[in-house]
Amino acid sequence: MAQALLTNLHETAAVVLFGVGFTVLLLHRNLIKKIMGMNIMDTAVYLFLAAKGYINGRMVPIMTDGILDADAYINPVPSGLVLTGIVVSVSTTALMLALTIRLYERYGSLDLDEILMRLKEEEPS
Amino acid sequence: MSRPKDHIETSRWKRFQNWVNGETDILLDSMEIRQPEQPPEEEPISGASPDAGEAHPYTPLWVRPFQEGRSLRYFRRWYQVMSVLVCLGMIAALLWTVAYLPPFGDPANPANNEVAARYIEKGLQETGAVNMVTGMILDYRAFDTFGESCVLFIASCCVLVLLRLDAADRRMSAKERAEREKKRREAETEDRVFEPRHDVILQKCACVLVPLILVFGIYIVLNGHLSPGGGFSGGAVLGSGLILYLNAFGFEKTKRFFTGKVYRRVTLCALTFYCLAKSYSFYTGANHLESGIPLGTPGAILSSGLIFPLNICVGLVVACTMYAFYTLFRKGDL
Repeated sequence: MAQALLTNLHETAAVVLFGVGFTVLLLHRNLIKKIMGMNIMDTAVYLFLAAKGYINGRMVPIMTDGILDADAYINPVPSGLVLTGIVVSVSTTALMLALTIRLYERYGSLDLDEILMRLKEEEPS
Repeated sequence: MSRPKDHIETSRWKRFQNWVNGETDILLDSMEIRQPEQPPEEEPISGASPDAGEAHPYTPLWVRPFQEGRSLRYFRRWYQVMSVLVCLGMIAALLWTVAYLPPFGDPANPANNEVAARYIEKGLQETGAVNMVTGMILDYRAFDTFGESCVLFIASCCVLVLLRLDAADRRMSAKERAEREKKRREAETEDRVFEPRHDVILQKCACVLVPLILVFGIYIVLNGHLSPGGGFSGGAVLGSGLILYLNAFGFEKTKRFFTGKVYRRVTLCALTFYCLAKSYSFYTGANHLESGIPLGTPGAILSSGLIFPLNICVGLVVACTMYAFYTLFRKGDL
């Protein structure tokens, strides 16, 4: 298994990065740090996709030399997928930060537990 | 033996040391930075209910378990241990899966199937784009990229809804209207107080850098089908150039060419043109009609049919969205 992990070093790193991001998401109560953890997870996904598209010893798919052989270039499909992922992650990050600003304005705290506590206090029971 | 000099308090070294330690600020009088009189630390900025700001003094995270109940303390510790265990378990499961993945960089991987091979072999003559990734995302999978642009646009709309401080409306009650106006004015003054203006270093650097950044961004957008780059990366560069310009010269200068109206018009025009152009080319392509769009010689700047204008559209949308995000987060208005 260790040998297999070493051959897939990039995927291993991506998976570990994903786990780190998820841990940040669970352990931190600060909303900004949760968003950071989310971004780390996004980065792990990009690394995984880019690693899946790479082929040893081949060029980027930009045909400046006029070579039209599929054996000369890496796979262009995962590169396009990474592009999609980056755009979506930027959008979600902006949305989450905007929501965090509104929450801070309303409750005066970035701590998720505090926010939930105040929410419970304000609730008409 | 060395002894301290008599005039050590006024010596150059002492002043330097003070500056390093942050005790004096030599830039204090030369730049227009006004500190707010009362740093609003404890109180929420605005909009919070009056009883929310009290009764919860901040205590550090590690002190809390000793103040609160025993069960809560145990729950916190249990939660931390369990979340670490869950994450470790997840990493282990994923690593176990990774061990069974096909080897990295192997040409025989299942991901490198006939789709990628066909894109590369036929892409140049079908799309006319030298950069195959651009040719793929703006020609074969152009609706996907249209969706991406729409995602960006919708995200900026959501941020607008969440953060915009509206002007007072006629339908509101007088009290609500007064509150709105007050909030708006507060944001304006806050922006004026916290952001440094007439910063000479920033302005001089921006004078040199902003034209270069904008030209570079335009280059990336226009060469998207020939070299690495395209609408998304070039648009991000353009947006960052605009943000630098705004930081250096303030809203008075940028208001002359970029307002909410301009943002709406540019984004709407770009998205509509994208939608119509791509619908046309998909319609003709699906019905085996001649589309009448010349592909040009591969490698020339005016080539590859629709990819060139579509790249410009995407670049405009991305640049406007980046800039809109920044102004909305800073001031709550476009």
